[in-house]
Amino acid sequence: MNDISFTSYTASADETISLGRKLGAALKTGDVVALVGELGSGKTCFAKGLGLGLGVASDTVINSPSFSLVNEYEGRYPFYHIDGYRLENLLEFLSAGLDHYFNMEGVVAMEWADRWPEILPDYNIRVELMIEGEVNRKITLTANHPRAIEILEEIKNA
Amino acid sequence: MNILGIDTSCDDTSAGIIADGRLVLSNVVHSQIRIHSPYGGVVPELASREHLRNIMPVVREALLRAHLEFPDLDAVSVTVGPGLVGSLLVGLYYAKAIAYTHGIPMIGVNHLEGHILSIFLEETSPSFPFIALTVSGGHTSLYHVTGYGQYTQLGQTLDDAAGEAFDKVSKILGLGYPGGVAIERQALSGCKDRINFPRVYLSNDSLNFSFSGLKTAVALYIKKWREDGIENNNITQADIAASFQESVVDVLVRKVMMARDKTGISTIVIAGGVACNRALRERLFREAEAHDLRVYIPSPQYCTDNGAMIALAGYQRYLAGEFADLATDVRSKYPIKDLPLIEAC
Repeated sequence: MNDISFTSYTASADETISLGRKLGAALKTGDVVALVGELGSGKTCFAKGLGLGLGVASDTVINSPSFSLVNEYEGRYPFYHIDGYRLENLLEFLSAGLDHYFNMEGVVAMEWADRWPEILPDYNIRVELMIEGEVNRKITLTANHPRAIEILEEIKNA
Repeated sequence: MNILGIDTSCDDTSAGIIADGRLVLSNVVHSQIRIHSPYGGVVPELASREHLRNIMPVVREALLRAHLEFPDLDAVSVTVGPGLVGSLLVGLYYAKAIAYTHGIPMIGVNHLEGHILSIFLEETSPSFPFIALTVSGGHTSLYHVTGYGQYTQLGQTLDDAAGEAFDKVSKILGLGYPGGVAIERQALSGCKDRINFPRVYLSNDSLNFSFSGLKTAVALYIKKWREDGIENNNITQADIAASFQESVVDVLVRKVMMARDKTGISTIVIAGGVACNRALRERLFREAEAHDLRVYIPSPQYCTDNGAMIALAGYQRYLAGEFADLATDVRSKYPIKDLPLIEAC
C-alpha cells in the first residue's frame, strides 16, 4: 500500500488548532494520531484541536500531559492524550501502563510518537510538525494503512 | 488521634502521619529511604511498579519515625485522584488493606486539596479566606479558598504548567532533571534582564496561564544562540536561565496580584514544587511588603508531593464524616469543583 500525505502551512497557533480540529472531526474510536515534532512545534496545540473536533466540550481545558503522562477527555469517544516526553525507555513506557490505552475504546493522540516505534500501531495517522518561523509551522499528515488513508482522503476533500 | 496519609499520585511514593489534625509526626518520601531499600541500586523515578516496591517500606518508615505501630492509627487517608490510574491504585489498595485489617476508617483525598491545605502543616498558617496558587510540574492554578473544603478555581494553565516549562528549558540547556532546581542554580550567576522573553498574560482580566509560548521562544532562542557560537556572543547559559526564570516569576506574581484585585483578598498561599523556587519566594515576599499582602509558603518538604498533606486534608474530611468504603475507586481526572463541599460551622 502506498503512503498518502499532504502538507499544510499554518501561521498561528489558532490555525494549527483548526487543522487539528478538522482531523479530529473525522476520527472514530480505535484511531490513533502520532504527533511528531520538536519541543515547541505545536504538538499539544494540534491535540487541542483534535479534542475539539472529537467533541470535547469547549470549556474543557486540554493542556499538556507531559507531567501526568496521559490526560483523558470525554468527547464523541473517549480521547486519550498521551505524552511520553519524560520517559526514558520502553520499559518505563510499559510500566507506566501507557500501552494499555491503545486497547481501550476511544481515540489516542500520542506526542513524541516516533520515540516509541514498538508501541505505535501501524494504522496511525502521522502528524509531523516543523518549526518554520516564530509562529509558522509546516504540518504534514501521512497515512499508509487503509483506515488512516480513508481519514486523510475524507479531510482532504472536506 | 493519628492519621496516616498516603500519596502515590505521581512519581513519588510518600507517607506521613499527623496527630490531631496538624502536628506532623513523620513525613517520608521514597527517595529519602532509597539507600535503605532492600532492592538498593538505581530505582527508576517513574512507573506504578515502583510504587508497588516502595509503598510498604515507606509506610513502615513513617510509622517508625513517628514511634507508632499500625494499631496506633485511627484512620488512613489516601489520594484517590487526580493522577495516573496505575499509580493511584497502588496507594488506594494498600490503604484499603490497612483499613480492613486494622478496622479503621479510610478517607479518599483529592491531591490538589492536599496541596492547597499543605500550609496548615506549618506552625504559622493563614486564616480564611485566602488565594491559593498551586504551581508544580503538573499544575498551575489559582483558587479562592473560603474554608476547609471550600474552593473555587479562578484560573489554570491552558497549556504547559510552570514547572513543566522549567523542566523543558532545563533539558534543552542540558542542565538535567528536576529542572526547577537546575535552572534556579544556574540563574544565580546570570543576569535576569539580559534577554526579554515573552510574558503571556492572555487577556487583561484572565486569571488563566500559558507557558507554552515562553517555552517555544526560549527553545528558538537557544537554537539561534548555539548556531551563533557561544564564543561569538556574550550571553551566557546562566543569563538565559535567569531571564527565563524572571519571565515565569513575573507572570505568576502578576496573576496573583490580579487575583488579589479581583477578590479583594490579600492573603496569599503558594504551594506545589515550584513554590520552592527562591526567586519566586523572594519576589512574593517583596511584593507582600510593598502592597500589604500576607504571603504564606510552606517549607520545601511540604511544597513537593508528600503524605502529611494528604493526612491533613483527610483529617478535615474525617471531621466532616466523609469516609470512603472499600468499593472506592481512583479518579484519573478529579477537578476541584467535583469535591464535596464541607459546610462551615
